Amino acid sequence: MKLLLVAECRDGIVLGNYNELLSFAGKAGGDHAMFLVGRESSLPHYGGRLYLADSVKHGEYRPDNHKKLLLDTIAKEKPDMIVFCHSSYGWDLAPRVAWALKAAQVSEVVDYVDGDLVVPVCNAKLRRVVRVLTGTTVVTLQAGAFSPAGELGGSPVIERVTGDNESRIEFLGYEAVEAGGVDLAKAEIIVSAGRGIGKPENVEMVAALARALGGEYGASRPVVDSEWVEHSRQVGTTGQSVAPKLYVACGISGAIQHLAGMKKSEFVVAINTDRDAPIGEIADVLVVADLTQLVPILTAKISAL
Amino acid sequence: MNILVCIKQVPDMESKFRIDASAAWFDTADLAWRMNEYDEYGVEQAVRLKEQVAGADITVLSIGPDKVKETMKKALAMGCDRGVHITDSDVSRRDPAEIAGIIAEYARDKNFDMIFTGMQSQDRGSGQVGVLLAEMLSCAAVTTIVDFSYREGRIEVKRELEGGIRASVALNIPALVTCQLGLNKPRYPTLPNIMKAKKKELLSLPVEDLRKLESRQQTARIYFPEKKGGGLVLEGDPARLADELIQILKQKTSILA
Ligand SMILES: Cc1cc2nc3c(=O)[nH]c(=O)nc-3n(C[C@H](O)[C@H](O)[C@H](O)COP(=O)(O)OP(=O)(O)OC[C@H]3O[C@@H](n4cnc5c(N)ncnc54)[C@H](O)[C@@H]3O)c2cc1C
Repeated sequence: MKLLLVAECRDGIVLGNYNELLSFAGKAGGDHAMFLVGRESSLPHYGGRLYLADSVKHGEYRPDNHKKLLLDTIAKEKPDMIVFCHSSYGWDLAPRVAWALKAAQVSEVVDYVDGDLVVPVCNAKLRRVVRVLTGTTVVTLQAGAFSPAGELGGSPVIERVTGDNESRIEFLGYEAVEAGGVDLAKAEIIVSAGRGIGKPENVEMVAALARALGGEYGASRPVVDSEWVEHSRQVGTTGQSVAPKLYVACGISGAIQHLAGMKKSEFVVAINTDRDAPIGEIADVLVVADLTQLVPILTAKISAL
Repeated sequence: MNILVCIKQVPDMESKFRIDASAAWFDTADLAWRMNEYDEYGVEQAVRLKEQVAGADITVLSIGPDKVKETMKKALAMGCDRGVHITDSDVSRRDPAEIAGIIAEYARDKNFDMIFTGMQSQDRGSGQVGVLLAEMLSCAAVTTIVDFSYREGRIEVKRELEGGIRASVALNIPALVTCQLGLNKPRYPTLPNIMKAKKKELLSLPVEDLRKLESRQQTARIYFPEKKGGGLVLEGDPARLADELIQILKQKTSILA
């Protein structure tokens, strides 16, 4: 099998997630080459053949442009599988390439077992084993599912890719989401509120438990999107990454994007009415209970210690 | 302006799932169903665009068995003008390319100026249908938008990237965008609007007339992941649970010591 690994670059800097592509390649076996729209000043530590298009010329990501460069490379390299990270770059570009190639695309792959691709279903409550019916396959890999094994090294053998610069989409610029506010990363204890709190008034219930434990409170994304809690308290891929001694998840289902921000916590307690909630997969203790009943009692008992 | 919104009906993720006899999907009986969360943002953005552009018309489309009409009625009550229900009892078996192909076949000669979809569904989560649909219709597409504005035939949107960064991009219509959580605040349908929605057109079309592509992938099987690490599960009376939890925290962590 021959793989083409699609690395990413932003503002002239190659992103570290190409490690995960290499880790997948190691598991899948076979030959591989890499594709990058990037710069020679920031190359991946990769000893193989790198098809490099110049990001100074091609600018930041615009799909028409990158699609064409990648398809030209695929025509030359003739891979059996084209591998992306399941990132804002990968999930945008992969379907375009898959359609052009008449290939099946399998998204957010978490495992590769005996030639079968495994993906999550229903907020990771279930797994699905996918059988591909086309000769060429396009896959995107869930962030963190294929962690880099061992040392990376080497410098790539560069093969230049050039093309025209047409795009229907104009890139205007990047902006950073407002920073500042609470630095959760410093907290040793975090109690987080999820959508299961039901209403904004219940944020205080979770905050009170956090205070009783001497920690900070955080939140999952829906609670932040609803503006019940400020964004600086959001935990997850589009919020903060935390690794406290204790993380208490109240009414949080455990979506992968939330887990990515807290799975390094030393001890995880989940309070959830749903015994099958995926947070149970990583929790040290899953307390099956209605948080609106349990949390006030817990707070009172801890305060009385 | 002619607007299309594609929505999917999905099970409530808090449901108790059971694997069905085929072992390739879950049993769809006894589940609560709702609009895919990401699509609610698409419906809301379409309705806001209609409020901005005089004479705009919104078609909401969904593929599935008869019960998806319930979810479509919510979209109509939120402000979509008409519904197109593509009747399909096999929808859960179809891969993203088939689904996009069915929608493209319907949309091809309708000259939609703007198409909204969710960035992914909560059940399958492949995140492909919107982009594939745009490719099939040769229309420009932007994924994962968290901000949208329209002016004189041109849209300016913000894409959410990793690490707290957003990319602003601009493009002319016709265009397709896939909507991310937090794009806007989806409205709750009011009672008068729910009543009005009952009178709106809801056309049903059989999927056989629109399905031109064969599936490119199949589900071999589905299964429940194994629980890792042997975490403890506590159940029972809340006061007792609180005591047990405090004991565990004292024993296993340095926190209450
Ligand atoms: C690109 C991308 C980036 C994302 N980034 C993030 C991110 O940074 N952070 C993040 O959190 N999410 C993020 N998400 C969203 C993520 O996929 C989930 O939608 C989100 O984490 C769900 O939040 P939740 O667990 O609070 O809500 P839900 O999934 O709705 O879960 C609510 C839980 O509460 C439980 N519950 C309900 N009532 C009670 C009760 N009375 N007592 C106890 N339990 C109860 C339910 O059983 C359920 O498990 C992102 C998604 C995408 C696509």
